[in-house]
Amino acid sequence: MTKIVYQGRSYERRDDETVLRCLLRNDVRAPYSCESGACQSCTMQATKGVIPSSAQEDLKETQKVLGYFKPCVCKPEGDLEVVALDDAHQQKQQLTVVEKSFLNDEILRLRLSCDESFKYHAGQFINLFKDDLIRSYSLASLPDSESMLELHIKRVPMGVVSNWLCDDVQVGDPLSVAGPLGECFYHETENEEGLLAVGTGSGLAPLWGIVRDALTHDCDKTIILCHGGVTPELLYYVDELRELEGAHDNFTYYPCVSTGDGSDLPDGFSLGFPNDVAFSKQPVLSKWQVFLCGHPDMVNNTKRKAFLMGAALKDIHADPFLAASRA
Amino acid sequence: MSQSVYEKIGGDVAVNAAVDLFYRKVLADDRINGFFDGTDMERQAAKQKAFLTMALGGPNNYTGEDMRKGHAHLVEKGLNDAHFDAVMEHLGATLKELGVPDDLIGEAAAIAESTRNDVLGK
Repeated sequence: MTKIVYQGRSYERRDDETVLRCLLRNDVRAPYSCESGACQSCTMQATKGVIPSSAQEDLKETQKVLGYFKPCVCKPEGDLEVVALDDAHQQKQQLTVVEKSFLNDEILRLRLSCDESFKYHAGQFINLFKDDLIRSYSLASLPDSESMLELHIKRVPMGVVSNWLCDDVQVGDPLSVAGPLGECFYHETENEEGLLAVGTGSGLAPLWGIVRDALTHDCDKTIILCHGGVTPELLYYVDELRELEGAHDNFTYYPCVSTGDGSDLPDGFSLGFPNDVAFSKQPVLSKWQVFLCGHPDMVNNTKRKAFLMGAALKDIHADPFLAASRA
Repeated sequence: MSQSVYEKIGGDVAVNAAVDLFYRKVLADDRINGFFDGTDMERQAAKQKAFLTMALGGPNNYTGEDMRKGHAHLVEKGLNDAHFDAVMEHLGATLKELGVPDDLIGEAAAIAESTRNDVLGK
């Protein structure tokens, strides 16, 4: 008999019982459907203990790293502490604004102090609170080398939170955040051929983190980043990305502009949507990892197309609601 | 009790290999991919896996009533026998591509076929 600790309460698990059955027997209301490891509707996160690998079969590599598992097919050898996904990492903490600068007319860069106790993967996001309002912002910083969190905030017309951050919040102010959250980050997979990152607007934030994360971990696979904006002025970090490109033979950066006929396009810019440019540069995506962030329509269409072009579903990373709730 | 096709071809691992192949064929097929517009791809793939697991005789808890309810909104949009046939085609082609012997493909097809009336709300 082993113990299952769920939301802080301890339950005795019978030897032949799955984690899900144990919780249900104890009247815990947990969502589930197929009870055969297929539908993933019961997925939980283990915070302590050893998960049998069979209970993580066919989850994304990034989910496995975070301790996600399927309780309906999980019979652990020892004790396990688990939480429901909704409750994972929702604890708020206060971080102080240490830098505030505009990257262009519509995107604000905010840097927040953070110490080593804030563990995250480049590309994950945090939830930021203003009274009862919650907005999700991707992390653009690198956890190992930068002792602060970097957010790229797009000013949304009439957006309560984004305008407050742009106009009212000052250096030295505390902000209430929860996280890190999300599965959009780099984790090396077996036999991977390359990394394709596609983003629009402030969707560059997680990609800026993910690409640098891969490069600093000596990823020698082909890495392609396509960043799109309506006009050249709406792109940012162009010089920084070109510098990164110059320093790494395996990394190519394509700034993309979606309007105009191309006649007044600055040197080195591509005409078109970043997803179209990406597929023209890399039409075969079998064994590629794909990272998407930005406009929800772009993300959803590109996800489908990347899958049809050969990328495995578990190698396509995007936090779709992130773009939808971005403000 | 004799082994199911699911057990014979290698269980969960084999089904995982089949899901992406099968779902890609379905999404690439203009006869039926309109039914998947606007759906969440991860959820959809999990459903495809549950369907394949069931067709192969593996563990599942799906009832005819589930099938009926789950597809009712698609029947309203015009889901019919021709669409069901297209999915059956992709099921066969996927299993063939994975090297599953013809007699086992036949067994899987028979199970999938048995859901036709429920899926189409007949």
